[in-house]
Amino acid sequence: MDMRANARGVLLSGNQAVAYGVLLARPDVIPVYPITPQTPILEQIIELHSEGRMKAELLTPESEHSAMSACIPASLTGARVFTATSSQGLLLMHELLHYASGARSSIVMCNVNRTPASPWGFWPDQLDSLAQRDTGWIQVYSESPQESLDGVIQLFRVAETANIPAMICHDAFYVSHAVEPVEIPSQLTVDEFLPPFKPDIRLDTTLGRSFGAPADQRNWNNTRRDLDAAMATVPDLVSEAGRLWGDLTGRHYAPLEEYRMEGADVVIVTMGSMCGTVREAVDAMREAGVKAGMLKVRLFRPLPMAALRQALEGVPCAIVLDRNYSPGTGGILHQELKSVLFNMKNAPRLHGLMAGVGGVNVSPAKIGELVAQYRDKEPQVGAIWVD
Amino acid sequence: MELISYQDEGQFVSGHVACGGCAEALAMRVILNTVGSDAIGVVSPSCSAVICGGYPMSAVKIPMFHTTLESAAASASGVKRALVAQNKPDTTVLCFAGDGGTYDIGLQALSSAAERNEDILYICFDNEGYMNTGGQKSSSTPLDAVTGSTPAGKTTRKKNLIEILAAHRIPYIATASPSHINDMRAKIEKAKAIRGTKVIIVLIPCLPGWGVADNAAVRTARKAVEAGVFPLLEIEDGVNYRLSVSEKGDSIESYLKEQKRYRHLDADHIARLQAETDFEWRRLQQRVADSPARNP
Ligand SMILES: Cc1ncc(C[n+]2csc(CCOP(=O)(O)OP(=O)(O)O)c2C)c(N)n1
Ligand code: SF4
Ligand SMILES: [Mg+2]
Repeated sequence: MDMRANARGVLLSGNQAVAYGVLLARPDVIPVYPITPQTPILEQIIELHSEGRMKAELLTPESEHSAMSACIPASLTGARVFTATSSQGLLLMHELLHYASGARSSIVMCNVNRTPASPWGFWPDQLDSLAQRDTGWIQVYSESPQESLDGVIQLFRVAETANIPAMICHDAFYVSHAVEPVEIPSQLTVDEFLPPFKPDIRLDTTLGRSFGAPADQRNWNNTRRDLDAAMATVPDLVSEAGRLWGDLTGRHYAPLEEYRMEGADVVIVTMGSMCGTVREAVDAMREAGVKAGMLKVRLFRPLPMAALRQALEGVPCAIVLDRNYSPGTGGILHQELKSVLFNMKNAPRLHGLMAGVGGVNVSPAKIGELVAQYRDKEPQVGAIWVD
Repeated sequence: MELISYQDEGQFVSGHVACGGCAEALAMRVILNTVGSDAIGVVSPSCSAVICGGYPMSAVKIPMFHTTLESAAASASGVKRALVAQNKPDTTVLCFAGDGGTYDIGLQALSSAAERNEDILYICFDNEGYMNTGGQKSSSTPLDAVTGSTPAGKTTRKKNLIEILAAHRIPYIATASPSHINDMRAKIEKAKAIRGTKVIIVLIPCLPGWGVADNAAVRTARKAVEAGVFPLLEIEDGVNYRLSVSEKGDSIESYLKEQKRYRHLDADHIARLQAETDFEWRRLQQRVADSPARNP
C-alpha cells in the first residue's frame, strides 16, 4: 500500500485544521497565548499534546509579547517553532515581529484576522495583519480550512529555507470556525515534503555565534539588504512549495490564483474568505453573460509584483475588494495594486472598494451589484465605502 | 450568621450578561454602590468587561473606559492624572481586571503604577483562570486545578501576588470574598479614603471554569475562606498584616468537593494540597504576628 495515499477526509474547522497541520510539521517549541477567535488552535494543540501525539515543548507565558519573545531565540537555536494569535495579540507582538525578521528566525505563525479595538469587536477584518506588512514577515492569506492546513506545512518549508518568519492568516469565524471536510495528509507525505530544520547559523555552544548585538550603520543597512535579497526569493519558494505539495497531495498552490479569468473584462481582486463569496458571484455573473473573473492574492508579503502585472495585463477593469480600512488612504490591497500597476501599459481601470470592513456581511448578490455599478466607471484615486 | 448591611444606590443595574448565579456580578454591585457616583472606571477584557455591557448598553452607572488586556493600571493612572490636572483629585478611579489581566499580562503595568503609588483603586476579580477565552490557566490558577490548558491539572502553585504587591509597600492591599459582603464593603470604604495605590483581590468561583453548581458560587467562596485556602486579609504599607477571619477549619475537602476542576484528585493529592494550605496559613500567621503595628 502506498503510505502516502492514506489521506483522510474529516470535518474540521479552520483552526483545528491549522492544529493538524502543526502536528504533522513536528514542531519542537510552541509558545502560545489564548485570544478569541484563535483559542481553538491552542486548545486543539493542547489536546494533541496531552494525548501524547504532539511532542513539542509547550510554553504558555503571560502575554503574546513574551510568547513571541520566546519564539525568536527558540527558532534561532534551531528548533522548529509555531505560534498562533489574533488581533490585539498580534498588535502586542508588533515590536517582536520586526525583531523576528531582523534576527532571521524561521517561525511560522497563524494569525486569525479579527478587528482591532477600540471599540472591542471579534469580527473578520484583515487590518490586524495587514498593518504588520512592514515587519518583514511573509504573509499568506487562506480561504478555507484545507488551505490553512496545507499552508502551515508549506510555510515551514518556505520560512526555513529563506530564514524569514511566515504568517498564515485566515479570517475570524468564516474560516477559523467554519467546519468543512478536510483531507489530512499522512505523516509520510509531510515528512517527504518538509525536511528537518537544520540552520547552519544558530545559537549553539559548539559554534559560539551571537545574535542581535549592536551593529554600526553600514552593518545594520546590510542586514536589510540581506533580508531584501532573501525576500526576493520567496515568491519562487512559495511557487515551488505549492507545486511540490500539489504533486504529493493533488492540491496545487501558487502565490496567485486565477478563477475564470479567461477572456474576462472585469476581474475582482481580493484575499481570504472573501474569495469564496467572489467565486459564487463570478459563477452567477458568468451565467448571466457577464465576463467576470477573480484574482486571488494568496501571497501578500512579499507582494508577487511580476505575477500580478502579468495576470492583470490587458484586463479592461479590475475591482479590489478590501476587508480592511487604513485611515487616511483606504483599502490596503487597493493601495498595493496601484503601486504594482504603476507605469504599466494596458493596465486595467482599477477600483478600490472597502467591502465588509468590521465583518459586515458581503453577499454574492452584493458583489454582482458592485460589479454592475463600477465596471464601466472611471476609477477614483481613493477607495470607496460600499457596504 | 451576620446580617448584610448594604445600601443599594442603583449604581449597577439589571440586564447585565454574567452567567446566571455568578458571584462576580454580586461583587460588582457591592463595590460600585460602595464607591458611589463620583468615580470613573477602567476595565480590561475579562468577565467584568462583559458584565459592564456591550455597546450601546451599560450595566454600570459610572463612566467606564474599556482598555486593553495588559494596560488596566496604566490606563487608570492616565485617567487619574487627567482628573488631577482638571482639579478633580477626589474622584475615585477604579480598575476592574481579571486575574489574567493582573497576575499575568498586566503585572508589569500594575507593578509600575504601584511603584509610583498612583492614586487608583484596583480591583482584581480572581476567578483563577482566563474565563473570557473559555477557561485556560493563568498564573493565578492553583496547583492541581484542571483548566483548558492544564488538562491533567496545573503542576505549579498559584502565584503569590499578595506578597509581590506587599513588596511594593503600597498603602493598602486586601482580599475579599462575595461570601463576606460586609467585610468587602468595609474594605472598599477604607480603600476609598486612602490616597495612593490600593489593590483588592476578590475571589470569584467561576461556574463553568471551576465546575461549580449554578447555586454554589457564594457557598464555594465561603468554603475557600473558611478552609484557609483564600484567607481574608488586609496589608497596610506592605508590612502590617491583619486577618479579617482569623480562624480556619481543619480540612479543605469540602471546598474541593464543590468543584469539578479538582475531581481527579486522589487522597495523596488532597493531602498535599492540605499541607500546602496549612503551611501558607502558618506563614500568614507569622506575618500577622511580626507586623510592626503589633510590635511598637
Ligand atoms: C493582548 C491580548 N491578548 C489576548 C486577549 C484575549 N483575552 C481576552 S480576555 C482574556 C482572558 C482574561 O482573563 P482574566 O483577566 O482572568 O479575566 P476573566 O475572563 O477570567 O474574567 C484574554 C486572554 C486580549 N484581549 N488581548
Ligand atoms: S464565566 Fe465564570 S466568572 Fe465569568 S461570568 Fe460566567 S461564572 Fe462568572
Ligand atoms: Mg480570570
